[in-house]
Amino acid sequence: MFSTIATFKGGVHPPEAKEASRDKEIKTLELPGKVVLHLQQHIGAPLEAVVEKGAEVKVGTLIARPTGFVSVPLHATISGTVKAVEECLHPAGLNMQAVVIEGNGKDEWEPVPAVAADYSGLSVDELRKRIQEAGIVGLGGAGFPTHVKLSPPAGKTIDTFILNGAECEPYLTADFRQMLERTADLAAGIRIVRRILGCGRVILAVEDNKPEALQALAEKFGEEEGYKVTGVQTKYPQGGEKQLIEALTGRQVPTGGLPMDVGCVVQNVSTVLSIYDAVSRNLPLIEKVVTLTGPAVRNPGNYRVRVGALVEELITRVEGAVPGNLGKAIMGGPMMGLALPSLDVPVLKGTNGLVLLEEPVPVSAHLPCIRCGSCVDTCPIRLMPCELALFAENDRWDKCREYFVKDCIECGSCSYTCPAGRNLVQLIRFGKYKVISEDQRKKK
Amino acid sequence: MANILHVSSSPHIYTRESVQRIMLTVVIALLPAALGAVYLFGTRALILILVAVATAVGAEALCQKIRGVPVTIRDYSAVVTGILLAFNLPANAPWWMAVIGSVFAIAIVKQLFGGIGYNIWNPALVARAFLLASWPTTMVSNTDYPAPRGGTLSGLTLEGITQATPLQLIKNNIAPVFKQISAYSASEVETARKALDGLAGADYFGSLFWGRVGGVLGETSAALLILGAVLLLVRGYIDWRVPAGYIASVAVLAWIFGGPQGYFTGNVLFHVLSGGLLLGAFFMATDMVTSPVTRQGKWIFAVGCGALTMLIRLKGGYPEGVSYAILLMNTATPLIDSYTKPKIYGGS
Ligand code: SF4
Ligand code: SF4
Repeated sequence: MFSTIATFKGGVHPPEAKEASRDKEIKTLELPGKVVLHLQQHIGAPLEAVVEKGAEVKVGTLIARPTGFVSVPLHATISGTVKAVEECLHPAGLNMQAVVIEGNGKDEWEPVPAVAADYSGLSVDELRKRIQEAGIVGLGGAGFPTHVKLSPPAGKTIDTFILNGAECEPYLTADFRQMLERTADLAAGIRIVRRILGCGRVILAVEDNKPEALQALAEKFGEEEGYKVTGVQTKYPQGGEKQLIEALTGRQVPTGGLPMDVGCVVQNVSTVLSIYDAVSRNLPLIEKVVTLTGPAVRNPGNYRVRVGALVEELITRVEGAVPGNLGKAIMGGPMMGLALPSLDVPVLKGTNGLVLLEEPVPVSAHLPCIRCGSCVDTCPIRLMPCELALFAENDRWDKCREYFVKDCIECGSCSYTCPAGRNLVQLIRFGKYKVISEDQRKKK
Repeated sequence: MANILHVSSSPHIYTRESVQRIMLTVVIALLPAALGAVYLFGTRALILILVAVATAVGAEALCQKIRGVPVTIRDYSAVVTGILLAFNLPANAPWWMAVIGSVFAIAIVKQLFGGIGYNIWNPALVARAFLLASWPTTMVSNTDYPAPRGGTLSGLTLEGITQATPLQLIKNNIAPVFKQISAYSASEVETARKALDGLAGADYFGSLFWGRVGGVLGETSAALLILGAVLLLVRGYIDWRVPAGYIASVAVLAWIFGGPQGYFTGNVLFHVLSGGLLLGAFFMATDMVTSPVTRQGKWIFAVGCGALTMLIRLKGGYPEGVSYAILLMNTATPLIDSYTKPKIYGGS
């Protein structure tokens, strides 16, 4: 059952802002008329398109295939005709190769090879293969292919699997709703992951502002050996992998290392559900549950949408959600999400929320650092953001390195807390990029 | 939906804290002591405070105009400097001293270094040191400081003792007697002993607590300073480590070395409550810009301030050491910060 409230050092308490959508059941939105599927949906080897303009596709048709192990295939998410394979605006603001499909409104599916309802006979390798073939990647714009995370190299033993149900970003409730509405599937998915990893201990961690989800999971697992459902303190970034591992196991991922190095694997709720869908029903990742919310949204809620659907179309499908004085559209949460350059960009595999802010949007003050130390106290990695930002501003890359710029997880806690309104993350991210590219140059 | 969307780096929301809010709260926290100063020292105190604040704000605006940078007087930081500068003047200081001090603090110590955030030393304290060097008689005269309403300059009403501020009394009139008892007459020794007992009496702590002793405007009433400090501590605008480390180290050193009659006989409460320690520990050593950002650094800074304060009080040329102690530690702050980097997550 639940135990005492674990947490990590540092962090901030932004307003949770989840009330607007937390009690809204997940609704499936009407099919989009068009989808844009970027070939670059994740970190790792690039994809190669296998369809051309004019090709007829169904839901689940393979449209791009991976070129390496750290990569996953991409499938059509609606049925219709490939209109183009061309550069399209990516949420990150660049133009990148994408397959554009115009829907025929029929929602025809590729016949999925029937799978036995009982998948317990599959080997661990077969399970991993299904996960890869389903095209599953983790959260965020830089989602990491999930099967890779589930394939610890020889010599590394995983003793703990952590289900990340923290959902610590303000506004977002997609994981919360899925924990409530798909508890049985989630539990089955967790058992699949445990089998793949062969680990003894599973910890299901949920922030304590979601007692219903804790309750639902606790009922599923009861006192079962090896499973522990635990509340973690509601604090940002509780759902950061490193923070969760610190809070739950007391271990720290070594700098430059991976959770695997300390025997842990962390997966979030929607990823585990996608794993369940892939293994039990042979379904590729074609849908995401997205929280559409924020002060500019009149009808906030949680919606099941097709990957590749354009944000603009999605908003118009939600009755009454058309914002009059939209000022900023954020893909993801307000702490780490991307500010969209336009609404003409698609939902990605790693998208979990769209937060729309009204004019006037909050802007930072851009005053000089007053050395209040707030950023130092809140940085969950215990960096000195004020110093890193100054070094980055003055091109002191050597100093950035000395102050561990590469360890920054870009959580945004420092910028959030800064009373001078310094754009700390932006500066630090730049410093990090400089130091990493210097490293790569040296390697060559 | 032809809106133009704002695009900026994450995060997209910010705390409601701001420099302005912090500085305004500091001003509010200084008000009890300011009103106390007006009560204790009369309109002269009010005039000095108002002149110092007005000059500081005016100087800030003028300097920024000249430098061609945005005028930021609305952040209240110049108001804070003005009040603190006035708090470091005796009530008999002429008004123009408040003007010179404020202009010096803002123009030279703050704006010349680049404005808020860039100054190395606390502006009000450097300005005080400057005034002290230029007009030593007004700033540290033994007997000229006016007595507060309802009290005396030393806080004692003993026959035969010189009226001076408490720290001056102990340093210049009491301590020397015990150093060389044979050189003084029996009655002189007796007076010194009585004075020493008086400084340890319960009544005397009442006087120090409520401000019925002499001193510069802002330092006399411990109660009013603590009242303001509580507000800043509760709001998290000052880190408790700095006043705690500072006051505790003064207390320990005062106990060990502070007694004119030998080791471990020091009057701890006297050293903590008299002079400018509370004003310094709560409102000046805690200045964000000039103190370390790391927690470990704050401890080092605080203990350094405490040690230097006691060194000056007991061995130095001045009766009070708070300002110089803080200024010296301000100088060490960048070094302290660079040597107290926190151990990072996952670091070895
Ligand atoms: S420095 Fe990086 S890790 Fe630390 S608070 Fe800022 S964004 Fe987060
Ligand atoms: S929070 Fe902002 S003002 Fe405070 S030390 Fe960090 S960068 Fe400077």
